[in-house]
Amino acid sequence: MLRIENLSAFYGEAQVLREVSLDVAVGKVVTLVGRNGAGKSTLLRCVMGLHPGQRGTVTLDGRDVTRLPAYKRARLGLGWVPDDRGAYATLTVTENLTLPPRVGPDPWPLERVYEAFPALYTRRDSAATMLSGGEQQMLALARVLRMGARLLLCDEPTEGLSPLLVQQVGDLLREAKQHGVTVLLVEQNLHFATGVADRHYLLAEGRIAEAMDNSEVRSRERELLAYLGI
Amino acid sequence: MSGFAQNTFNGLVSGAFYALLALGLAVIFGMLRVVNFAHGAFYMLGAFGAYVLLTEAGVPFWAALVIMPLALAVLGMALERAVIHRLTRLDPLYNFLLTFGLTLILQDLVKSRYGIQSSPYATPAALSGSVNFGLFDFPTYRVFILGFTVLLCVAVWWVLGRTRIGMVVRAATERPELTRAFGIDVGRWVTPVFGFGIGLAGLAGVLAAPMRAVNPLMGADLIIVVFAVVVIGGLGSIFGSVAAGFGIGLVQAWGEAYLSEFPIVSQTVVFVVMAVVLLWRPAGLFGREEAPA
Repeated sequence: MLRIENLSAFYGEAQVLREVSLDVAVGKVVTLVGRNGAGKSTLLRCVMGLHPGQRGTVTLDGRDVTRLPAYKRARLGLGWVPDDRGAYATLTVTENLTLPPRVGPDPWPLERVYEAFPALYTRRDSAATMLSGGEQQMLALARVLRMGARLLLCDEPTEGLSPLLVQQVGDLLREAKQHGVTVLLVEQNLHFATGVADRHYLLAEGRIAEAMDNSEVRSRERELLAYLGI
Repeated sequence: MSGFAQNTFNGLVSGAFYALLALGLAVIFGMLRVVNFAHGAFYMLGAFGAYVLLTEAGVPFWAALVIMPLALAVLGMALERAVIHRLTRLDPLYNFLLTFGLTLILQDLVKSRYGIQSSPYATPAALSGSVNFGLFDFPTYRVFILGFTVLLCVAVWWVLGRTRIGMVVRAATERPELTRAFGIDVGRWVTPVFGFGIGLAGLAGVLAAPMRAVNPLMGADLIIVVFAVVVIGGLGSIFGSVAAGFGIGLVQAWGEAYLSEFPIVSQTVVFVVMAVVLLWRPAGLFGREEAPA
């Protein structure tokens, strides 16, 4: 589904990603873990086509999209859940959900979105930034499901959520995965990550330091948490 | 009482011009992050175009009211494609230099052909005379301007607030990068939005022709107040620009009527209001602090 080869990214003179290569197969959930500043969010932005200073190639379904602008990548089925939740203040909740075009074979109808997120339904005509942090996180996730995106780029979707909501996000991601959706997930919550993901990459100083499976993450959880400083 | 009503009415009529011009500046700034200092020149071209169409081709006011905004929108879109779009990647200083330079070029082109003296433009026959709503005789043409402008602002408000195009423009204005990531080609909307803003300036110019002296500098005089309006309303705020436009029209008219013994005060009252608003709310009355991309 997604192949990243020798991806380097820069902010001015500073290099934040160094020759990163990774593959994500269709229907897999892959997490990127790493300390703050390790380059996780930058990697998602590079895949989305939002980071101007980059080298290397990004391939989607075997098609080289490295030169493609962000809006065309989105139309190929990419759904971005940004780390700041991306709620528009000048758009209502419904407008936030219906702004992006449908891009995949299985977009959620609005009714289904509101069935799954009753809190969004009750606030559907409010400005999206009037929602609580947790509700905005739900909105960001609901939006890419409504798009029918085939590859979700989720930047810490559980950050700041109550345990109950974290569980709901996990259920949604697992359900999406069952329907063949692929997910690249930036996540600090290792417990959550091992519950939804198939594979984990540890990003350190812009490089992939290690690739781990779930059992390895579980057995080394203490060591990893200490390393991540959580 | 009738004196007060008359001053209020006249204030709303000048406010209508401020609102139309500020509205155009607001949509342009929102979408392009460009402050169009040439806006007054397009207003002047609207008025001058109507004058030239009438005197040299016999084209009546009503036709000019359609032709000039469309023609100037096309000119605006061509300028956007040719030069304005290059500003996005440059220091804001170039924004000022380019659009102010355009103003001087457009003004001098008109000046070199038609001179500096003001030309009269007859009020269209259907709108001459006055109507009496009980308080005093309202000049029909001014009533028309006020009604037309209010309708137009409501229409723009409706399109921006209730249609899919408006939703895309709002999203692209608030967070361009995020909007691109959601599959919307933000760049495609930039040129038409610029053209629309310029068209509104041209429309205001045509409306002004029968009421104000048509001369190459008419936009330069007006635009300074319009920039105060835009700053007061909040740069980029659609509602703020319209509300502040009418509000400043009123403040100015009342100031001229009731502070006429203090000309220094009545001529500067707009800028005093601006300074107070900025001290109180640095982003303007309806403006928001810039959100991250």
